[in-house]
Amino acid sequence: MVVADLLSSFSPSPELHVLAVDDSFVDRKVIERLLRISACKVTTVESGTRALQYLGLDGDTGSSGLKDLKVNLIVTDYSMPGLTGYELLKKIKESSVFREIPVVIMSSENIQPRIEQCMTEGAEDFLLKPVKLADVKRLKELIMRSGEAEERKTTNPSPTRILQNDFDSSSSSTSSSSFHDGSSLDEDTQSSKRMKLEFTVQD
Amino acid sequence: MGLVKMQKSLQDYTKSLFLEGILDSQFLQLQQLQDESNPDFVSQVVTLFFQDSDRILNDLSLSLDQQVVDFKKVDPHVHQLKGSSSSIGAQRVKNACVVFRNFCEQQNIEACHRWLQQVKQEYYLVKNRLETLFKLEQQIVASGGMIVAFEPGF
Repeated sequence: MVVADLLSSFSPSPELHVLAVDDSFVDRKVIERLLRISACKVTTVESGTRALQYLGLDGDTGSSGLKDLKVNLIVTDYSMPGLTGYELLKKIKESSVFREIPVVIMSSENIQPRIEQCMTEGAEDFLLKPVKLADVKRLKELIMRSGEAEERKTTNPSPTRILQNDFDSSSSSTSSSSFHDGSSLDEDTQSSKRMKLEFTVQD
Repeated sequence: MGLVKMQKSLQDYTKSLFLEGILDSQFLQLQQLQDESNPDFVSQVVTLFFQDSDRILNDLSLSLDQQVVDFKKVDPHVHQLKGSSSSIGAQRVKNACVVFRNFCEQQNIEACHRWLQQVKQEYYLVKNRLETLFKLEQQIVASGGMIVAFEPGF
């Protein structure tokens, strides 16, 4: 019965919720569109600090309304004023709550030591800017595939709407339902505005 | 002018921008992201680019005009402009930024001034061309036509 519930709740194309971090207006707009057209939910922020605030990693509780949707992937620019993408990556990987979230670094500079440094720190991938649709599609497939692998491994299926940050610190794998929430099942077009989530904070 | 002629004009005009190296394939990427649900995507991104660039070029001019040039301030601006021009496919602006940045690293003030002018020139050129392109598109749409995706074919 539990398995049947799980199967019926598993949408053929579960939507990822991606947190995109970039200090450039232009790049934020582009990455947002690339992700939306790839059927992802997107939240954009303009700095590493804002990203930590959004995730609730900065000590404050953050805006609880915005945190209802679990983040499945973080895509961040490398060169940003304040907290760099690398520093953001480190903070996320240091967090017991968020370390499982894949983090992808974007950079306009193809600097091998930089790439290695990020991959060593646990980055999922490193994208060279300008980011293309093919990059995003490939990324999404990668994340979805590892999500499905998690799905099969899990012994704790939870087909109902996921609650925020519902982690058991003793388990290292994220919940199987973390790649969609129940209300997105009806929605199959990225142009639907119902689930649009904006956390764009302008300077 | 008839619709078919207008569309041909637009195609030819767009093609010339690629042939002159003013735009590169990243611009095509942006066009691919435009559809009925987001019909103004390209012009929205480009407008953001114009706003961003106007601001950056202004800041760069001010920074380079200082008695003592603070290259630590100049570099991030150039990096930013290089990034955003690359993101929209403004190839010549991007290339000029790369050269400009090299001279910044060398702290060669005279060359920096020269290359800032070069960057500005390329920027005004692409701005002018893109504004013309959008006008052509608007004319087509206003006449009830659709914008056909540009096929480079080269």
